Amino acid sequence: MAGRETRKMNMYQGVRDALSNAMMRDDTAVVFGEDVAFGGVFRCTMGLAEEFGRERVFNTPLTEQGIAGFGIGLAAMGHTAIAEIQFADYIYPAFDQIVNEAAKYRFRSGGQFSAGGLTIRCPSMAVGHGGHYHSQSPEGFFMGGAGLKVRTSIHTGSCLFDIFVQIVIPRSPIQAKGLLLASIRDPNPVIFMEPKVLYRSSVEQVPIDDYELPLGRAETLTPGSDLTLLSWGTPVYHCETALHMLGSPPESLARHVPQSLRSAKVELIDLRTILPWDVETVAESVSRTGRLVVVHEAGRTGGVGAEIGAEIQKRCFLKLNAPVKLVTGWDTPVPMQYEKFYMPDPLRILDAVVETLTY
Amino acid sequence: MASLARIRPTIQRRLPLVRAIQTAADSSQLREGASHSEPFTVKLHEDSFRGYRTEAPDLDIEVTKEQLLTMYKQMNVVRRMEMAADALYKQKLIRGFCHLAIGQEAVSVGMEHGTTHQDRIISSYRTHPFAVLRGGSIKGLIGELLGRQCGMSHGKGGSMHVFTPAFQGGHGIVGAQVPLGAGLAFAAKYEDKPIATYAMYGDGASNQGQVFESFNMAKLWNLPCVFVCENNKYGMGTSAERSSSNTEYFTRGDKIPGIQANGMDILAVLKAVRHTKDWVVSGKGPILLEFVTYRYGGHSMSDPGTTYRTREEVQRMRSTQDPIRGLQRYIEEWGLASEQDLKTMDKEAKAEVDQAVEEAKQSPLPFEKDLWSDIYAKGTEPPFMRGREREEIHTF
Ligand SMILES: Cc1ncc(C[n+]2csc(CCOP(=O)(O)OP(=O)(O)O)c2C)c(N)n1
Ligand SMILES: [Mg+2]
Repeated sequence: MAGRETRKMNMYQGVRDALSNAMMRDDTAVVFGEDVAFGGVFRCTMGLAEEFGRERVFNTPLTEQGIAGFGIGLAAMGHTAIAEIQFADYIYPAFDQIVNEAAKYRFRSGGQFSAGGLTIRCPSMAVGHGGHYHSQSPEGFFMGGAGLKVRTSIHTGSCLFDIFVQIVIPRSPIQAKGLLLASIRDPNPVIFMEPKVLYRSSVEQVPIDDYELPLGRAETLTPGSDLTLLSWGTPVYHCETALHMLGSPPESLARHVPQSLRSAKVELIDLRTILPWDVETVAESVSRTGRLVVVHEAGRTGGVGAEIGAEIQKRCFLKLNAPVKLVTGWDTPVPMQYEKFYMPDPLRILDAVVETLTY
Repeated sequence: MASLARIRPTIQRRLPLVRAIQTAADSSQLREGASHSEPFTVKLHEDSFRGYRTEAPDLDIEVTKEQLLTMYKQMNVVRRMEMAADALYKQKLIRGFCHLAIGQEAVSVGMEHGTTHQDRIISSYRTHPFAVLRGGSIKGLIGELLGRQCGMSHGKGGSMHVFTPAFQGGHGIVGAQVPLGAGLAFAAKYEDKPIATYAMYGDGASNQGQVFESFNMAKLWNLPCVFVCENNKYGMGTSAERSSSNTEYFTRGDKIPGIQANGMDILAVLKAVRHTKDWVVSGKGPILLEFVTYRYGGHSMSDPGTTYRTREEVQRMRSTQDPIRGLQRYIEEWGLASEQDLKTMDKEAKAEVDQAVEEAKQSPLPFEKDLWSDIYAKGTEPPFMRGREREEIHTF
């Protein structure tokens, strides 16, 4: 960051900055979705219509399946299509288009057409009171939905499954801007899920120039040797809080945190790209630490954590000192009243870390 | 039982208030003589079109001898090609799903003559003719059905997945291609290209929600998109009357005007395509176009096509409204070619298809490397991918 001009931004401003950068460099880039010309529900597209014109930033009808299909058609003509689905909870009507059209267009047409220019942005995860239809984290549904791509590491002889649509989830303004620019420019379709509670609460000095962060690459936030703690989006912050509690538990918790664990070195990793996920980084970390706790907001059954757990136990079986532990939402609809009990919070994470360290 | 009877759809056998269009394939008349060298004018039957929120196209159409003969040849070629696919399927050389467009040739060939290859056509899975007419080869099509290297999608897609630079495919999810069509049209408008996009779907597909979503977007944004409903009277085993509360598909666009056209007379198809192309290119926004046509065979190769309609119905369509026989009559009656000339052309079409089939059969199965190609954009692949067994590793 040294020597680069930065500006204080929250995450919606980071997203907006990325969209503006993308449209500036690429005349074919258009932004569309429900109410985006007015700035969108979360203000991510504020002023873009004024800056780039109504032909490039326009409102769509309430038509998620149509938005996705329209974007695929536009992308197939070599344009950069940046669609917004107003809430990740409303991506389900577009599921067919994403899984059957976007993910397979290139393969089905022998490379003649593709939806590579398509990026679908959607606000995701919980704010604390969103309830059933404003708090979901649907990333897991896309994991196996589109046909498999099998990635192999020659070194380990084992493999990772992923699909032709990529899923990216940033944790902060700097991350959001760099990852979104990379997603928009990536020649494969991307679903970009933005944790909505971070839109305002996460603030950083963000470089104002045009930069990209790599897709498919996790980031190690704190190195460690005793346990790997893996998450993405909002819960990354809960993980940090949990690790603080582990090192110096408040009085009320002290008796639950054995003295011997307080100096444990926990490696915290932000997965960032959920598909294809960075199996090398995670497996390498777990091979050193012998323990893995995965934290995500979506429910457990069939979730991303299950996939990661299966792969890691296979790759690191002889290195593991404890079962892979998942801290997730419960397998219920996200409840309105008790949302904070649904979400993995620092306490549940701390509990899982202690349990795994003492297994 | 009483409750069952109540939910059964009420099939309206209403008497049409307006005159129905007719689907004879050979009812157009010469205006004057037919020239062998100059364009000449033909008058279409007065019941060739109906309009919704717009005048029906006028009935005069200009054609040339050469064009009529080319259309005749192409209709024969695509029918022969579909018949060859039918035979190959029955020999178990083609596997999977396979939908033939026999009976609907006037639509594909007529559309080809009313458009250029800059125009865009996107449609469903009953689209072998479009892929061949719009830049593909018969060998490439048959090769794709057989799953061979020479196939249009390198043998990786099969019957429902055929594309050319001028044909945006080949889509197996019913209705899914229609919003893509809106996107294609938007791209053309954005680039200020004076071209039309034809987004095609069936009478069954017309009831999918996303078709209406697409209409709305297209009208809202005034897209140069022609929504083409290929009404062949059935969606699998369900007749249009049983699937659609309104079977006048050209009227289903709400504020979007529509035209219904006789899809069995290739001259009516050609006129309707020219008319709608002019419409969208001149900036009037989207328009619906319904072709009333008929599929002779079953829905797919696993459907004999006779359980939900009578053999007599199929036989009547074949013998009285066949689009190829219709064009043949025009050509003969107008003295443009003799029966003998046309027979020779039939033979040539058959020979052309037979040869392509033989060549396609010679083409090997897909390259092993194609198991890993066209998954990610070139240059963005992961370093390695696993193959069919543990030891098989592909390095990019
Ligand atoms: C979303 C979806 N639902 C169902 C099917 C199965 N299906 C394939 S074709 C078809 C009938 C479509 O009829 P129509 O639109 O009239 O087209 P036609 O086959 O007559 O050309 C059905 C139900 C499908 N492919 N996709
Ligand atoms: Mg039909």
